[in-house]
Amino acid sequence: MTTASEAVLRQPRRRTAKKTLSPWQVARRTGFFALLAIFVIVSLFPFYWIVITSLKTPQEINAGTTSLLPGHVTFSNYIDDFTQNDFLRPLLNSVLVCGCTMIITVVIAALAGYALSRTAIRAKGLFFAFILVANFFPVIAMVGPLFTVYRRIGLLDSYPGLIIADLIYTLPLATYLMSSYFSQIPRSLEEAALVDGSTRLRTLRKIIIPVAMPGVFTTAILAFMLTWNDFLLALSFMTSPSRYTATVAIVTLGQSPYQTFYNLIDAAVVIISLPIALLVLFAQRRIVSGLTAGSFR
Amino acid sequence: MAASEHTIAPSGPPAGARTGTGRARTLLGRDRRFGYLIVAPLIIVLLVITAYPLGYNIWNSFHHVDYLLPPLGAWAGVSNYKTLFTDNQFVPALVHTLGFTVVSVTVETVIGLGLALALNKKFRGRGIVRAAIFIPWAVPTVVSAELWRTMFDPQQGFVNYLLTELHLPLATTTWLDSTWTAWGAILIADAWRNTPFIAIVLLAGLQVIPSDIYEAARIDGASAWQQFRRLTLPLLKPALMVALIFRTLQSFMIFDVVYIMTGGGPGTSTNVLAYLNYKAFFALFDYGYGGAVSVALVVVALIIASAYRWIFRTDEATA
Repeated sequence: MTTASEAVLRQPRRRTAKKTLSPWQVARRTGFFALLAIFVIVSLFPFYWIVITSLKTPQEINAGTTSLLPGHVTFSNYIDDFTQNDFLRPLLNSVLVCGCTMIITVVIAALAGYALSRTAIRAKGLFFAFILVANFFPVIAMVGPLFTVYRRIGLLDSYPGLIIADLIYTLPLATYLMSSYFSQIPRSLEEAALVDGSTRLRTLRKIIIPVAMPGVFTTAILAFMLTWNDFLLALSFMTSPSRYTATVAIVTLGQSPYQTFYNLIDAAVVIISLPIALLVLFAQRRIVSGLTAGSFR
Repeated sequence: MAASEHTIAPSGPPAGARTGTGRARTLLGRDRRFGYLIVAPLIIVLLVITAYPLGYNIWNSFHHVDYLLPPLGAWAGVSNYKTLFTDNQFVPALVHTLGFTVVSVTVETVIGLGLALALNKKFRGRGIVRAAIFIPWAVPTVVSAELWRTMFDPQQGFVNYLLTELHLPLATTTWLDSTWTAWGAILIADAWRNTPFIAIVLLAGLQVIPSDIYEAARIDGASAWQQFRRLTLPLLKPALMVALIFRTLQSFMIFDVVYIMTGGGPGTSTNVLAYLNYKAFFALFDYGYGGAVSVALVVVALIIASAYRWIFRTDEATA
């Protein structure tokens, strides 16, 4: 066996002290880590490829792939994306749309989640069933009718129109999450405030929400990510290039009748992946717990 | 998700409602009114963006709403639905979509289960490995599509470069230009992004299984396979259901990857329902036909969701 796998093996052996490993166990453990390594490489290698492609000059793009390593590293594609292709505009559009969707989602989901977890409304099962159905509603089935209506009432090619439609991605999951977070808060907390004469809404705002703040953050992060992912709705409702969101703008970028400029596309891909990658690195636990808690309800 | 109604938070009547006195009853009534008031925005928004478009689609589907052939709005009977089965577009797209859904969900579930089992073991650097495997899910589908389009490109791509360097056949394939290789590329782009989701959900399911039952099984002499078959798999069923139902319906709605990587091509060989529906609205401008496709999509999605629910139900009853 190689020294690398021995180094890996030494770790568990030290912990279990007395146990000596049979050749079969050695093979299994080596296989296990080899498999993990393959998974990690498959997950991350495409990102490496995107990054080096985004650093290539147009000449290198024309020459085709000759090496696994970047040749002349140039940032001109990033500069071109921002200057010639005005990629900043769609980026800001995305931030605006995702930010607004996130805030509206948190407000509506917090109110509804509180109603569904803490008030005596009837037919809660029916409400949850409706939210469940809405969660699985095919987004493309919204597009035709909303396009017609938006054009009639002037919401086509507007931020509010896209934000309203984007709520389909976020509201069901966010409501499930908020109601599950609220139901974990001890009832005595709000009862004390209510006895003191505070109104329900004020109690929700001043007592419940601050206690549920970690849950609110989780919901907000997930709402942002889910909206950031949108392509279909922005493609359908944003008709002028100055209103495109980042995901739509990428598709129109770097296309010419003769060639696809992957260096320009991939620079933009790196730009829109970066904030999400950072979010995952810093809030992985939160995102995962929110995702699974929201799914299991 | 399917069990939502049964797992609603314990939410008995509020403080004042325990007795049947008049004061308590008004308190209960006030509480209830307040509840309806604050749940209203959610319900209104969801109705506006789901039920209203569905109703509109149903209306459109029974009328002539072809913007290229006015006048609009004449009663069309079921002619739009008839077109679905005669136009040689819808049925192939339906077959493609269902086939892709079955294959992608199966592949992603098998790999995702393996990943979840691996990540459930304790080893050094598990957090980093988990983050690395999780990142593809976090990036937009547009990124996964553009990324794999680059990877499969004959000039810029990694795939053909690797095949050339290893002196393997197929090194000059233009992957997106023929039917089966294009499907393969779409499948890889989809699985790369979505397998982590299944792994995460299944991992969460694995982590709530108490470890002492495995201890007991080992003492009883159960093999690793028996433990997996008789303990892990049954106990993982709720998580598996969640992962399956989410992924199946998402996969059934696949749009972004097809739009970016193949545009439904070559020809219409990778056309899927969502893409066909998009084309009906934005290339044919036929909202009657498009409405019929949308309605069909909603119906099939409901059938899929109820099928899972039904499978889940019978499991519970016989358990």
